[in-house]
Amino acid sequence: MGSRETILARVRSALADVPSAETPDDVPVPRDYQRSRSGLDLVELLVDRLVDYRAVVHLDPSVADLARARGRLMVPTGVPSEWLAGVEVVRDEPPLSATELDALDGVLTGCAVAIAETGTIVLDGGEDQGRRALTLVPDYHLCVVRRDQIVRTVPEALERLDPSRPLTWISGPSATSDIELDRVEGVHGPRTLEVAIL
Amino acid sequence: MSPTFVGMPPFPKAAARAVDNAQLRHNLHKATHTIRDKRAAVVSEQPDWAALRAAGAGLKTRVLRHLDDYLEQLERAVERAGGHVHWAADGAEANRIVLDLVRATGETEVVKVKSMATQEIGLNEALAEQGITAYETDLAELIVQLGDDRPSHILVPAIHRNRAEIREIFQRAMASWGRPAPDGLTDEPRALAEAARLHLRERFLSAKVGISGANFAVAETGTLVVLESEGNGRMCLTLPETLISVVGIEKLVPTWQDLEVFMQLLPRSSTGERMNPYTSMWTGAAEGQDFHLVLLDNGRTNVLADEVGRQALRCIRCSACLNACPVYERAGGHAYGSVYPGPIGAILTPQLRGFSSELDESLPYASTLCGACYDVCPVAINIPEVLLHLRAEVAASGAHKGEKLAMGAARRVLSSPGLLAAGQRTAGRFRKLTPRRLPGPLAAWTDTRDIPAPPTQSFRDWWASREEK
Repeated sequence: MGSRETILARVRSALADVPSAETPDDVPVPRDYQRSRSGLDLVELLVDRLVDYRAVVHLDPSVADLARARGRLMVPTGVPSEWLAGVEVVRDEPPLSATELDALDGVLTGCAVAIAETGTIVLDGGEDQGRRALTLVPDYHLCVVRRDQIVRTVPEALERLDPSRPLTWISGPSATSDIELDRVEGVHGPRTLEVAIL
Repeated sequence: MSPTFVGMPPFPKAAARAVDNAQLRHNLHKATHTIRDKRAAVVSEQPDWAALRAAGAGLKTRVLRHLDDYLEQLERAVERAGGHVHWAADGAEANRIVLDLVRATGETEVVKVKSMATQEIGLNEALAEQGITAYETDLAELIVQLGDDRPSHILVPAIHRNRAEIREIFQRAMASWGRPAPDGLTDEPRALAEAARLHLRERFLSAKVGISGANFAVAETGTLVVLESEGNGRMCLTLPETLISVVGIEKLVPTWQDLEVFMQLLPRSSTGERMNPYTSMWTGAAEGQDFHLVLLDNGRTNVLADEVGRQALRCIRCSACLNACPVYERAGGHAYGSVYPGPIGAILTPQLRGFSSELDESLPYASTLCGACYDVCPVAINIPEVLLHLRAEVAASGAHKGEKLAMGAARRVLSSPGLLAAGQRTAGRFRKLTPRRLPGPLAAWTDTRDIPAPPTQSFRDWWASREEK
């Protein structure tokens, strides 16, 4: 008997007290929590939460102006050209090595969803975001969030996301609290997260 | 390699040693209080916390009561998405599977994301024996690895170290593991984090094999979820060509939608943040990676078999119970003799290991039963209930012989009015001879208490003499 069968047999014998007619749906799961809420204006809330976790936020800026100031940026192919006027664009074609990504000044992307209450931006590898390494290795990330991508709560965000895509949830720049529980921004991920809300 | 927990003394002995360490107590007090306050603040911000907690408990209970179905569902989903699934009945088998997978790549170095499951099975040590070096990349795990130390907290394994100690460890040990600490390193947390960034950078960029655990595995979709803060997790999960995730069989959640509950419960309970800086979610072979999922039992089915104790498997490893516990705050994590310290460790460790030592038998007693752990638990594990249940098991198993003898004698005396009265009169007559300290093993009780002097007359005797008048 392989370990798969061993483990499944152990599980079944451990659960001898569970009536054989019981189905998973018979186990009660109270769903009284709130899937949505009303409250502060969505954009205002998102800005407040992003700033609280040390992201730099701009409301309706010129994305190209922000990007130009940063030097050579990785830009996935789906990023609209109006964000790129005068920007020194590097493409991931053919795919760059991690060391090559490390030598860039930053990365410019869109996003899939932003969660206002938690100050979270979710990337799903869409055309305007690219593969996961692009937003990880460079030290600077400029992320554009459109107003129609902002939801208030975590449940609302999950509804919009597709689990078959690789997802990265980002809430502020890389941080650690491992030394005396003091929060320090900037460890291995991008040390500067700049968010442009359009 | 980090020393293991084998041969640890029972909890009271180890705890007494820890309580004597003033530096340790200071570090722990500061850290646990900081995080406790942060948690309280962000939990009070969430208006439906109680409802989320009830849902989280319900979902985990659902998974556990039908774990066989959910495991098979997860396996199908991961394989459908191009991943490979392996089953490990115990730690040794899991280590063997991982070793074979690493060998197949031809690599001799792997990068690791902090994972409780791989700590539990001693994976790093098993790999080292076969000439494969595992590099821990979480800052706290790095501190533990460089310091040749043991983790003392689920979330912040180096919680027992302060900044000055960490600086000293970096200066002493970084060079032998890779890039040395920068010259003139200060003990500012920012400078220490920067030193860790530099130390690990090259390692990440050239890593071919990553090893992780997972916070959640979604049975419906095969999606694995890792929450982290520093970006070391993203590095290990994203950059290597081969990814191996060792996941306990209790980590499952039923559906994708159910993550909406746990993605709210876990960050607020663990780091006291509305959301942790980074979460990675991937399904099968993401972006062309070679992905292996190792499902680990290693005693979990023992826990599952106990109808009262099985609720410990709901645990999502947030560590809120450690931070809330007055015993943990004073004794520290090492005294629990396991990678799972604190209140959850006191109920999980002995069940996982099957009361295999005197230490395991002492763990259900490592609590004042104050209930703070139950209050803060995001999946409502009734830890005091399980502690009492396990104490009963320890008592029934033949441990605590002295206590049993004493209780037996007490029962005989207390159930016979004649014997009780005779005993009380004797005690009253010899009250001047009552010792201040008890001898032998009973001395522990009188270390901190005086024995009360027996009254000259018992209540019954007084009552009887009153009627005579």
